Amino acid sequence: MAVKKDMAILVVDDYKTMLRIIRNLLKQLDFNNVDEATDGSEALKKLREKDYGLVISDWNMEPMTGLQLVREVRSDKKLKKLPFIMVTAESKTDNVVAAKEAGVSNYIVKPFNAETLKQKLASVLGDF
Amino acid sequence: MKDKIKSKLDEIRAGNGDSVPINEITSVVESILTSMSGDISSSDFKLYHELEVLALYIDNAKLEIALLRPDEIQQEHIPSATDELDAIVAHTEEATGTILDAAEKLEELAASSDKKTAETITEAVTSIYEACNFQDITGQRITKVVKTLKHIEQKVDALISAFGEQVNDGLEEKQEADGETKKKSEERSEDEIPMHGPQLDENAQSQKEIDAILFGND
Repeated sequence: MAVKKDMAILVVDDYKTMLRIIRNLLKQLDFNNVDEATDGSEALKKLREKDYGLVISDWNMEPMTGLQLVREVRSDKKLKKLPFIMVTAESKTDNVVAAKEAGVSNYIVKPFNAETLKQKLASVLGDF
Repeated sequence: MKDKIKSKLDEIRAGNGDSVPINEITSVVESILTSMSGDISSSDFKLYHELEVLALYIDNAKLEIALLRPDEIQQEHIPSATDELDAIVAHTEEATGTILDAAEKLEELAASSDKKTAETITEAVTSIYEACNFQDITGQRITKVVKTLKHIEQKVDALISAFGEQVNDGLEEKQEADGETKKKSEERSEDEIPMHGPQLDENAQSQKEIDAILFGND
């Protein structure tokens, strides 16, 4: 099935610069319907209020981390199948395993490049 | 215990006066020890000696800690360091924002350019976005350092609380004993003008203010 590029994507990060960078890189790939949140709890509220096709989230945020967010998403009846990409500086095996066990769809380590983002999006959404 | 030793010494003085011959010193000491058996043993003496050594060690440790000036670490150095680090994060975020503004303008330009030019501009702009990842990483690293400093600050605080005024008292005693006096700023030579490095925004003078110092308000 062709990827719908007008799908709503939620980007979650407590660094405004990173929100902007990801938004601009998504725009280059023609994904223009992008919302933002600065922590997991704000993101969860938005996810429950609107239909999103993808979440791209940082890990280290307060009060709710990205790991806690993915657990909440996976335990929510409506949200549990939502594609979820973790984008984080956490690169140790333990972190990656924890994220996998929590249910992330894919995992990008910061700093990342545009090609990596594109590849991970394609792996989760399908080729585009 | 003190009274018992005193009465024993009075007894010996009564028998020998204030001058006790050397060969009688041993018997005097043995006599004192014997009279104290049941009250204090030789192992007790050893214990008291150990306690005395320990007390001396603690006093020396307090003095060494005082010389580290934990009050200055707590009140001056650590707050100053965390302020500087917070300023780094703020300024790099600001600078990165400016870079992204420029990159976004270039990307708008690409939309109205020919295909080849547009591709070149987009490639360059993408490189800029990728490079700007740094600001997130440096921000996280600095946050780690700030947390470490705050942890150290808590430990120093606990140290000061544990030793209290004794830390500063010990330092004052040492300074008096050494005859050390604090140099006054007016006694500083020309070569010893302190360097302060970049100032935080609230303390920094503007170029206009500096020009006014140099050239007056002409």
